[in-house]
Amino acid sequence: MTNNKENINSAEVKKELLKQYPPKVARKRDKQIVLIKSKNEKTEEIQANVRTIPGIITQRGCCYAGCKGVVLGPTRDIVNLTHGPIGCGFYSWLTRRNQTMPDGPDDENYMTYCFSTDMQEEEIIFGGEKKLKKAIEEIHELLNPKAIGIFSTCPVGLIGDDVHAVAREMSEKTGINIFGFSCEGYKGVSQSSGHHIANNQLFKHIVGLDDTVKGSSKYRINLLGEYNIGGDAFELDRIFKALDIDLVSTFSGNSSYDQFANSHTADLNLVMCHRSINYLADMMKIKFGIPWFKINFIGAEATAKSLRKIGKYFGDADFRKKIEDFIKKEMEEVEKVRVEMEAKCRGRLAMIFVGGSRAHHYQELFKELGMETVGAGYEFAHRDDYEGRRVLPNIQADADSRNIEELTIEKDPGRYNPRITDEKMKMLESEGLTFSEYEGMMQEMTNGSWAIDDISQYETEKMIELYKPAVFCAGIKEKYIVQKMGIPMKQLHSYDYGGPYAGFNGAINFYREIDRMINTEIWKHIEAPWKKRPELHAKYVFAS
Amino acid sequence: MLLRHTPKEIKERTAITINPAKTCQPIGAMYASLGIHGCLPHSHGSQGCCAYHRSTLTRHYKEPVMAATSSFTEGASVFGGQANLVQAINNIFTVYNPDIIAVHTTCLSETIGDDIPQIVAKAMTDGKIPDGKYVIHANTPSYAGSHVTGFGSMVKAMVDYFSENTAGKREVYNLIPGYVEPSDMEEVKRLANEMKIDSIMFPDTSGILNGPQTGRFEMFPEGGVSINDLKLTGDSAATIALGKLSSEPAARALDTKCKVPYKLLDIPIGFLATDRLIMAMQDLAGTTVPYSIELERGRMMDMITDMQQYLHGKRVALSADPDQLIPLVEFLISIGMDPVHIVTGTPGKKTEKRLRELTSGMKSEANIKVGANADLFLLHQWIKNDPVDLLIGNTYLKYIARDEDISMVRFGFPILDRVGHSYFPTVGYRGGMRLIEMILNALLDAKDRKSPDESFELVM
Repeated sequence: MTNNKENINSAEVKKELLKQYPPKVARKRDKQIVLIKSKNEKTEEIQANVRTIPGIITQRGCCYAGCKGVVLGPTRDIVNLTHGPIGCGFYSWLTRRNQTMPDGPDDENYMTYCFSTDMQEEEIIFGGEKKLKKAIEEIHELLNPKAIGIFSTCPVGLIGDDVHAVAREMSEKTGINIFGFSCEGYKGVSQSSGHHIANNQLFKHIVGLDDTVKGSSKYRINLLGEYNIGGDAFELDRIFKALDIDLVSTFSGNSSYDQFANSHTADLNLVMCHRSINYLADMMKIKFGIPWFKINFIGAEATAKSLRKIGKYFGDADFRKKIEDFIKKEMEEVEKVRVEMEAKCRGRLAMIFVGGSRAHHYQELFKELGMETVGAGYEFAHRDDYEGRRVLPNIQADADSRNIEELTIEKDPGRYNPRITDEKMKMLESEGLTFSEYEGMMQEMTNGSWAIDDISQYETEKMIELYKPAVFCAGIKEKYIVQKMGIPMKQLHSYDYGGPYAGFNGAINFYREIDRMINTEIWKHIEAPWKKRPELHAKYVFAS
Repeated sequence: MLLRHTPKEIKERTAITINPAKTCQPIGAMYASLGIHGCLPHSHGSQGCCAYHRSTLTRHYKEPVMAATSSFTEGASVFGGQANLVQAINNIFTVYNPDIIAVHTTCLSETIGDDIPQIVAKAMTDGKIPDGKYVIHANTPSYAGSHVTGFGSMVKAMVDYFSENTAGKREVYNLIPGYVEPSDMEEVKRLANEMKIDSIMFPDTSGILNGPQTGRFEMFPEGGVSINDLKLTGDSAATIALGKLSSEPAARALDTKCKVPYKLLDIPIGFLATDRLIMAMQDLAGTTVPYSIELERGRMMDMITDMQQYLHGKRVALSADPDQLIPLVEFLISIGMDPVHIVTGTPGKKTEKRLRELTSGMKSEANIKVGANADLFLLHQWIKNDPVDLLIGNTYLKYIARDEDISMVRFGFPILDRVGHSYFPTVGYRGGMRLIEMILNALLDAKDRKSPDESFELVM
């Protein structure tokens, strides 16, 4: 049970991380690597959501990936049509593991399909709008879906195809709700810009189309920023059903178009992945008066805490008791497994460099296993995800951010309805239930650990060499680099094709998974046994 | 049903591609670049391209796939990517210290018209390329060709940049393996060895994308063709190029540039294509075929004759890349199977022509579509109209296999859900035996699963 953290001089760590870089690169990376200080010292600001440095091997993807892949990827009954050369559609075809469950065998589910205009040189030269229109006609004729989203790839913006005009025209012609996304790969600095664009278009084109109040429960919520990787949403569904909570919509794990259209009738928005979906939460608050707060269903304790927040918001004693009883019952099984696994994992180190919220959320699970996260960082988050939304007023918008449309939202004259009074909100806040707030990752990290934004391949190697963590969490591109170093690597985008890890059952799965990964026999056998022998040794001589 | 919206009735499509049977050029270029020792591939475009290619190659190989990107932003897209690429070159040599950077373009940098040689010259003038280090490039716009032609372009770039006439001709033969697995490259090298032929294989991803677990990460592992060997390709006596799309551009360039004649062959999938490779080696090098190779061939024949009854007349639907598809179709026919539905998204009239020739002797005309709108959606529709016993193709076919309850053999790119392809070849006689084993296992497992109790067989 080695724990290298105690023996390491933090001042040396940063030097080591930066020493190979050209001076300009080192200066920039310096601001994106921050040592977490103790509670009574001030931790420095972190620089985030800035350009990736060309040539420095990064985890990041593009705007299209954030829009088509992350936010719209899990939608099953919208035909997601990639307008561009074949690659972008191909690579984002089923690779994110968003699970979905249509109501019946005849209900729409296009998630297994990849739709592309397969743009050719001719369209690059003469424009691709004609082919796009024809493609939409063919989809209409073949499948007649209720909605089509058009996703722009890099060349679309450059050659000036107007996907929004095509969407309007074809919408009128076919009667299908068609909308475009200007999510060309070069927009912004990472997937993050794509999230924002996706939020805007979903809000403009779908949210609020259906005012019917559905369901019978008093507790009607939306879950925002949950993408049903590995069945997380199914576990959360189980929990909500047990507590008689109506899930009006999820953005966008296991979602449907009709849920989005109806989502403004919910009375509370729960924000899971703050980075990818906070725009929608804010816009729904302004236009429809739906309050939001941050929750986290990764980790058993975090799940319990999040459920209690919902209980507090809706207020009545019976509901809160029901939640407490449920938590108590669920925690019995969780604790049994946790105690057993903690005994085998306690004191080991973890690192998490991934996404825009998972690097924060998964620290909860490691904590429950008695493991410390000694380094963590996001691939595409902003400063507020690290330091909390209180820093929002101090973030200077740069050229890359200003290119992403910021919608101006006003109160809906007929449908604005503040779900709770200002007094009630103040009262709840005084009891510790804060609205429209996210505290960020850094304040939950321990003294002497590191927050590193957009960690590079080089820094990844150095961090592993220095701390020798028991487990490292990132994405598929990092998976085998880390494992070649002899360190078990857990993918936290795809969950290594396992999961769910959300909720109570998810926590149990994760405890067992981490135990398997760090305690499995095979790591002890990597080196061939003869390598452990001295170079020269006597050989047997058989007597004849 | 997973593909519940695919109708049996086929309507002609000209604009929408659904479930493609190809991907874009840059990923092929990235894969080819990884076959040079000490090379870091570099994607000149948005960082999403690089992320997608690395992710897909990583899922396919379960190995580190190292590559860098110019990380275009909107500014670079408007003003050109020169500053990004020059900076990238400097950073890459300073931080990662490869021997060579192989730049490929993307739809973005091609649309704005970035001139890579001019940018590299600027980097050189600015002193960003250390002595003895190289930057090469290939133009691989995503809106033309496919991953296969992207591979071919990067292999050609290796010739354009490195091949030279130095010390006069040598009794060495260039082997251009085509867009195949590292295991296949290893197997072709082994066959050349057996034939006592000195060879230079390029590119060569064996050792790089099927490396060992040692507890140490090597950014530039053992393996890959060396730059010195690439230079020497100009002195070789001849080139054997396997696969028209992925290997001929380089072979032709080498002929033009250094007067190295070439012999274009199919990728040696199946015994007929392998026979042609062995005889070509025999002709070129004047060597005799050793008993070891006769033994391999004989074993393959033995396996086929032993199990022919289970192969004969079985109907196959397949999707693969043209250079594989052609010998694979020939192979299936040679063992008595009927490849009835065939698609490949990679465009090429000659591919279609050869496929039609190969299948012309079959009982009924095969469904063949090549290029635009030749996709897995159409393949599935054909299967619905005219069912098959076996599917051969990449992992995406498993959705059809499950919906239609058809046995499947994973072959080609990408294979995202099984291992083996990077370690065990499907080329040569040994590789052919592996293919037959996979085909038989798939067919016989289905037979075992589906046969009624009374006719469930112990011995097959």
